[in-house]
Amino acid sequence: MVRFQNVGMRYGLGPEILHDVSFELEPGSFHFLTGPSGAGKSTLLKLIYLASRPSHGLITLFGRDIALAERDELPALRRRIGVVFQEFRLLDHLSVMDNVALPLRVAGVKESDIRDNVAELLDWVGLSDHLQSRPATLSGGQKQRVAIARAVINRPRLLLADEPTGNVDDRIGIRLLYLIEELNKLGTTIIIATHNEALVARFDHPEMHLSDGVLTIKRKSALGTV
Amino acid sequence: MFRPRSDLPLEQDAAKRFLPWLIVLVVYLAALALAGLMVLSTAASGWGRGLTDTLTVQIPPAASTASEDGVADSNSSPKARVERALEVLRATPGVAQAKALSREELLALLEPWLGSGQFAEELSLPALIDVKLKVQSGVSLEGLAATLDAAVPGATIDDHKRWFDRLILLVRSVELIAGGIVLLVSLAAVATVIFVTRTGLAIHHDVIELLHVMGAHDAYVARQFQYQALETGVRGGVIGFALAASTLLALGYLSARIEAMLLPSLELSASQWLVLSALPFVVALISMITARVTVLRTLAKLP
Ligand SMILES: Nc1ncnc2c1ncn2[C@@H]1O[C@H](COP(=O)(O)OP(=O)(O)OP(=O)(O)O)[C@@H](O)[C@H]1O
Ligand SMILES: [Mg+2]
Repeated sequence: MVRFQNVGMRYGLGPEILHDVSFELEPGSFHFLTGPSGAGKSTLLKLIYLASRPSHGLITLFGRDIALAERDELPALRRRIGVVFQEFRLLDHLSVMDNVALPLRVAGVKESDIRDNVAELLDWVGLSDHLQSRPATLSGGQKQRVAIARAVINRPRLLLADEPTGNVDDRIGIRLLYLIEELNKLGTTIIIATHNEALVARFDHPEMHLSDGVLTIKRKSALGTV
Repeated sequence: MFRPRSDLPLEQDAAKRFLPWLIVLVVYLAALALAGLMVLSTAASGWGRGLTDTLTVQIPPAASTASEDGVADSNSSPKARVERALEVLRATPGVAQAKALSREELLALLEPWLGSGQFAEELSLPALIDVKLKVQSGVSLEGLAATLDAAVPGATIDDHKRWFDRLILLVRSVELIAGGIVLLVSLAAVATVIFVTRTGLAIHHDVIELLHVMGAHDAYVARQFQYQALETGVRGGVIGFALAASTLLALGYLSARIEAMLLPSLELSASQWLVLSALPFVVALISMITARVTVLRTLAKLP
């Protein structure tokens, strides 16, 4: 599904953020991505959702070496990935409904198919009362749910969530994670970047830990769960 | 007007608000310059047609027959000289028509300068013969001049050529300038559209990157800018054209009231109006293509 081989990353001439990162994610797996602020969690996710290119090393997505992919193959690869951005990146001039519909429109789905799909999903995340609201009028937790709905509306094979619980209290954070677990059960591969150690501890999923640019993978079951 | 759904809040851009007015101005100026160009070339080719197949033969009053005593010397009376010149002219192949101007016609021509008083009546005037040539007559002017001079000493031919050449030179220079203005104004339009589109891209860089990351094809993003540019272009262009058309009609009305012989007619033909009315759409098309190319170039830089 996702394979990194000796991937290094630096921004411009800056310091190297990731050193020789190597890992492979099986389809249908669920991983947390942890590490101190500035460790490079968002940078790693950006590499996966093809918003930046590595300084060196090999990245394989859905079996395709992305360095060899033609430019016009990339949109199709990107559409298989749903992203919940750390800062949401909702469009303030569009309604909640249109924000969530955006990936479908980008993919050229018929308007007649869009409405029901979006309404159903927003109902599922508990936002059916806010279909026509503007994102600016929503609470942090509501925005977060809109961002998650937008990331999954297109039934992505891979979901990347950057601090999806950053703006909500633990109770709602846990509910959001259960929501994401539902998707995982339906076959979506999941990576969730988070600072929240307590939250990570509540779930029995392996943890990719970034520190000083080096990635290590800890398997929970080996440590035992609370 | 047809307009696809847009994911970008383009209407809110400050730059977008003044672009339509720039396009109004650009189309207005371009339409006037183009109309001027068309009026001039119509007029110039009209003069060409009117003048190059016309000659004027001038027969000076013979000095010895200046007195008006009506001596019956048939060889030197002005009337006989004109008759002889007419014979020569009518015998020349390629001449369609030769007609002597009557004294009244001559005086009428001179009236603006001399008035209609006794003074003009007493003048001894050269006789003038208006000659029309057949189209592509191939008449040799030197040959004709020699023959005429032999038959009627002192007769000269004026084919207006030198005067006409100078006029044409003037018209061509003005045409060149008007063409240059049309070109510059179009370049200004293109530069403006590029500038506004770039600004739009900078303001909406986040949204564009988001669409890109969601897997939008470049064409999908470009479309949102290009239809916006097309619509702005058409709207501004039509207003600019309407203003230019009113200006032209007003000038045409004013010029029709001034009876000046050489002032070219400001009337445009139907086909010229058609060309002019295409202008706003051409400008709109230019803005659309520019917007598209600019967006695609910017997107090509994203990973
Ligand atoms: N666009 C950029 N240009 C230059 N440097 C950047 C850029 N984005 C991130 N960095 C740098 O890369 C390093 C890692 O940033 P990143 O956002 O990946 O960290 P993070 O682990 O997501 O942190 P946080 O937990 O606070 O979100 C930081 O030192 C940051 O300054
Ligand atoms: Mg981050």
